[in-house]
Amino acid sequence: MTFTWTEIRQNNLKTSLLFFVFFGLIAAISTVLGLMFNSLALGWSIGLILFLAYGAFAYYRGSQMALSLNNAQKADERQYRQLHNIVEELSIAASLPKPDVYIINEDAPNAFATGMNPDQSAVAVTTGLLNIMDRDEVSGVIAHELAHIESRDTKTMLIAGVLVGSIVILADIIFHASLFGGNDRGNWVYLIVGILASMLAPLIAQIIKLAVSRKREYAADAKAAQYTRNPEGLASALEKLGSTTKKMDHANRSLNHLYINSELDGSFFNNLFSTHPPIEDRVKRLRDL
Amino acid sequence: MINWIIPGAIAIVILYVIYAYNSLINLENRVDNAWSQIRVQLKRRSDLIPNIVETAKQYADHEQDVFKAVSEARNQLDGAASPKENAKASEALSSSLGRLFAIAEDYPDLKADNNYRQVQEELSSTENKIAYARQHYNDVVTAYNTRIESFPANTVASTFSFNERELFQVENEDLDDFTVSFS
Repeated sequence: MTFTWTEIRQNNLKTSLLFFVFFGLIAAISTVLGLMFNSLALGWSIGLILFLAYGAFAYYRGSQMALSLNNAQKADERQYRQLHNIVEELSIAASLPKPDVYIINEDAPNAFATGMNPDQSAVAVTTGLLNIMDRDEVSGVIAHELAHIESRDTKTMLIAGVLVGSIVILADIIFHASLFGGNDRGNWVYLIVGILASMLAPLIAQIIKLAVSRKREYAADAKAAQYTRNPEGLASALEKLGSTTKKMDHANRSLNHLYINSELDGSFFNNLFSTHPPIEDRVKRLRDL
Repeated sequence: MINWIIPGAIAIVILYVIYAYNSLINLENRVDNAWSQIRVQLKRRSDLIPNIVETAKQYADHEQDVFKAVSEARNQLDGAASPKENAKASEALSSSLGRLFAIAEDYPDLKADNNYRQVQEELSSTENKIAYARQHYNDVVTAYNTRIESFPANTVASTFSFNERELFQVENEDLDDFTVSFS
């Protein structure tokens, strides 16, 4: 299967659709909360305020937080000259302003991009990645990350994170409220609905987030190949990432979707919940371009 | 009723001319901008050349032909005016530089020289930037040229003398009468 622009457009459509489902979920869970407190307005207000507060935080601090949680440091212009050059080259290819370049001192090879908009975005790579990859492969990886910035995936994923976070907190409130009775009649229906909602909603939210994330990976690979005009660079970089056995020390599961190389191992459960499609499949698609 | 048709039609035509003119200006600016991006990189490459030639001379003194070819191509590039001339000279410079890098393979001391390696990385990077900036420039020029040729925008374009722009590209026939001597 090859990439087409129609496919990329469809992805965008699916993403918007999934966001509608997200908002539906938040509305539904806020409604359950409202019913428990005998006041729909109260439930909806809690949902809305939580979403806005969380969103504002992610908008202003999200990128910085992602970078500092990963112990990323600004890459020195002289010491990491080639990396800076590669980022500059591909920013020209992608018609983007040059993002800030960060280094993560870490043996496991990996990279991620973040930022609410292309003017204030950043790419980060681990020292392990620079150690095992040649110039073409690093270019492929950087092109993949810039593709995420160009198609605003970094923003999409920050927002997805906010939505999942809001739903998890709402579900938590419902769970506690249903245990300790927000409803004085002690209606057991509310208890069951509340517990079910609080358990199912985060799960559904997580699966939606993963679906969004996985589709984006193929599109970013395709775009990267378009920027570099050299699909082989990224394909061989992905193979190296796929065969690595090193795991990141500072791996943080909530940031997993940001990375080019997924941190979770390959058991069945992790595959179902993996943020990234299998590496072999991505390599195959690139080589078929 | 009939009194409204003529003023209405005139108003529509004027609005269209304004719209077409503005979109042409916008495209033209993008062309100029894309062109200056190429110029920046070409300039940067020219600036790096004396440095790499001087370094290479220290280790490979008797490869004078290659150094001469590089310097000639560089002078040609500095004298080039139109995008096409620039593209031609740039191509020649790239190939003579490619030869310089190739002979460096025969001189392990040169290859190991720190300064040489740094300048080579800068030059390769600049070559890549030129290639990417050129893709962008050619895309924008093609969009601009198509726009000023298609009806009805072409009437506005010729009235306000928007002229077709050259691609940053070497035509095949140009390559025949252009050779750099390595002998």
